[in-house]
Amino acid sequence: MTTLMLAWVITVAQVMLGMAMLCVAYRLIMGPRAQDRVLALDTLYVNAMLMLLTFGIQTGRTLYFEATLIIALLGFVGTVALAKFLMRGEVIE
Amino acid sequence: MIQAPDLPGWAALIVALLVLAGATMTLIGSLGLLRFKTFYERVHPPTLGSTMGMALIVLGSIVCFSVLRARPSVHEILIGIFMTATTPIAFMLLARAALYRDRAEQGLEPRDGADRS
Repeated sequence: MTTLMLAWVITVAQVMLGMAMLCVAYRLIMGPRAQDRVLALDTLYVNAMLMLLTFGIQTGRTLYFEATLIIALLGFVGTVALAKFLMRGEVIE
Repeated sequence: MIQAPDLPGWAALIVALLVLAGATMTLIGSLGLLRFKTFYERVHPPTLGSTMGMALIVLGSIVCFSVLRARPSVHEILIGIFMTATTPIAFMLLARAALYRDRAEQGLEPRDGADRS
């Protein structure tokens, strides 16, 4: 009974995270300026990371945790590089 | 695909509450990103998802795996530490870059808000 409840709640949470990713995707495509798009990209990777964590809870495997950690690492590097690019016009000076 | 790990009742309840609250926080943050008007307003709401939402879902994951394996399983806390350390840095760099671009567009002397003499 509680397992079924947990299954439904996790599915609902995944649907909510999917809706959040849709909102962010709209901002990513329509964002008026470049910094809005970079901000949306940062939020998108955070949402994707949280969704992978819920998949990990759902299946009970640690495989998803490793993917989550890699997304967190590379997403931060990507955002910093893009912010640097917006400021200076080049990434490595 | 609806499935869930076979947790005892109390743990399932805790995990469900934590995951649902975290997902709600993240959705509110993303809605804020969608609806606010200027860029400087839009910088704020996503941090709701990357601090509170992340912390709640990571906590749910810790409870789930600790109960499932019957031993403390805290490796998810790595994600928590990492996100807490990196989100402010990334957003501060981004806001500075936006400030610099705005100033350059207005024909002012471009400064990035940092006090440099």
